[in-house]
Amino acid sequence: MSTPGGGSMNRPSDLTRWTAAEMAAAVAIGEVSAAELTEAHLQRIARTDVQVRAFLHVARDSALAAASEVDARRAAGEPLGPLAGVPLALKDVFTTIDMPTTCGSRILAGWQPPYDATITRRLRAAGVVILGKTNMDEFAMGSSTENSAFGPSHNPWDLGRVPGGSSGGSAAAVAAYQAPLGIGTDTGGSIRQPAAVCGLVGAKPTYGGSSRYGLVAFASSLDTPGPLTRTVLDAALLHEVISGHDPCDSTSLDAPVPPVVAAARNADVAGLRVGVVSELSGDGYASGVLRRFNEAVELLESLGAKVTEVSCPHFGYALPAYYLIAPSECSSNLARFDAMRYGLRVGDDGTASAEQVMSETRAVGFGAEVKRRIMLGTYALSSGYYDAYYGKAQQVRTLIAGDFAAAFEQVDVLVSPTTPTTAFPLGERVDDPMAMYLADLCTIPCNLAGNAALSVPCGLAPEDGLPVGLQVMAPVLADERVYRVGAAVEGALDQRRGHALLEEANGVDEADDASGEAGR
Amino acid sequence: MSITRDEVAHLAKLSRLDLGEDELERYASQLDVIISAVARVQEVAAAGIPPTTHAVEFNNVFRADVLAECLGADVALAQAPAAEEGCFKVPRILAEE
Repeated sequence: MSTPGGGSMNRPSDLTRWTAAEMAAAVAIGEVSAAELTEAHLQRIARTDVQVRAFLHVARDSALAAASEVDARRAAGEPLGPLAGVPLALKDVFTTIDMPTTCGSRILAGWQPPYDATITRRLRAAGVVILGKTNMDEFAMGSSTENSAFGPSHNPWDLGRVPGGSSGGSAAAVAAYQAPLGIGTDTGGSIRQPAAVCGLVGAKPTYGGSSRYGLVAFASSLDTPGPLTRTVLDAALLHEVISGHDPCDSTSLDAPVPPVVAAARNADVAGLRVGVVSELSGDGYASGVLRRFNEAVELLESLGAKVTEVSCPHFGYALPAYYLIAPSECSSNLARFDAMRYGLRVGDDGTASAEQVMSETRAVGFGAEVKRRIMLGTYALSSGYYDAYYGKAQQVRTLIAGDFAAAFEQVDVLVSPTTPTTAFPLGERVDDPMAMYLADLCTIPCNLAGNAALSVPCGLAPEDGLPVGLQVMAPVLADERVYRVGAAVEGALDQRRGHALLEEANGVDEADDASGEAGR
Repeated sequence: MSITRDEVAHLAKLSRLDLGEDELERYASQLDVIISAVARVQEVAAAGIPPTTHAVEFNNVFRADVLAECLGADVALAQAPAAEEGCFKVPRILAEE
């Protein structure tokens, strides 16, 4: 287990294997430079990304420049933030003024945004080194990265399997030691699901806790940026760096950031009331997932938590409600891609009308899943169907929030498996949209209600040797509770095992030479 | 209920998606499966339950009415598919006759 704060006792010789907390501590005392750390990760990307394909764009020069700036600030005696000099993989859905932003879509291929997202700005201000932009399902719609226009990323545990999605590129990068920190976005599980299937920690902050300004919108009432890391403490450190009120986002909460770092360092669950959600298990769940989940619950009990079963009767309707609400919002948000002001324009031959150019561009520029969801949303919002579909889904959203409110009167946190299965093989679900949607079965309720949630690894499924995630859910703005439980589970399992779970992943070999060009 | 090819063609027109015949057929069968699955919301959403549009309730969010920097015209036009005389250049927006 890594030592909080970065003790050097058990630290491996390979820099890329350190935790982010260890890296930051080493930079702060001048033991390694940010430039050395950055170079080590850029080399790791060059040697492994031919197989993993986590990055769409590697920003070598700007990363090294950002690292040198941190080193110069340290040399000048300036105070550094808790993650200064630590490299990060940024999902390609956040605008970056010095790097392309594609959202995994042909319609934005090569687009260079004119401004930085708030998340991007906060990372830069904290001295975090952005290595590049990571692959994702197009406009964050998907659970496998297979909807990326630029080809899928691969799971470092087994390169024939998906890394989850939509933030699968960031997850694959962190699991392949290409970066200790990743940023994703979670609209229906897009941080927690890839974290679970890649053996990582992933957190969805309370909605409004992290800014959406400069995050290319998918479903605005659900989209939430958050961290993907190898340890709970690293996730908490990154959570605090990116969080806090942003006047540029009108749905940003003007409230203090929950004390998640302190919670990650205080992994005490004695007396904590933990509720197991009855509706999130049973048929359709892999036996190995349920086995590891049940063991994690027993572990929490052995650590002093008071475990009870809690019913959330409407959770079974969360998935259908989500697949009306998210497509409805997406059909409206993606209307901005009209071929007029930026992005792709096709068929402008001097005679075609603006409307024809628009329709042709969108047909060529969007992939199948995005088109499917735009039409589904258009259907759900159209007159005659609005009340029966979108309206009913919004009522279900009220029922789900009510289930959470009732549950949190009885318990402090709720737990469930993060995903019904482990990572599935590439290609298995691409032709079956409903099967793909089921990957987010357990994660969606928190998006609809806006709660904080986190996925932490709880072992490998015996049948396939792939990681299983435990999902911890807490009320709005009680994010610190999910970190406390996550840190307790992580600490106890690491101690029992004698090492971190990710050390058992061996899907990625370093190429003999660094000639393979990273990114595409 | 089921979604026909013609309904998908109408949705595609509303969505400004110029779809081919094979796509219309494929989306008709896929949307049919998805819409029958999501229609389950009608089982529990009884009359009288208020709708939730947003996870966390917000009322009017104001800011001080002060000038701030905005993108210059050159920056805004830099990524345009076509520009002319400091303006976005777009295809014709009126009918031909």
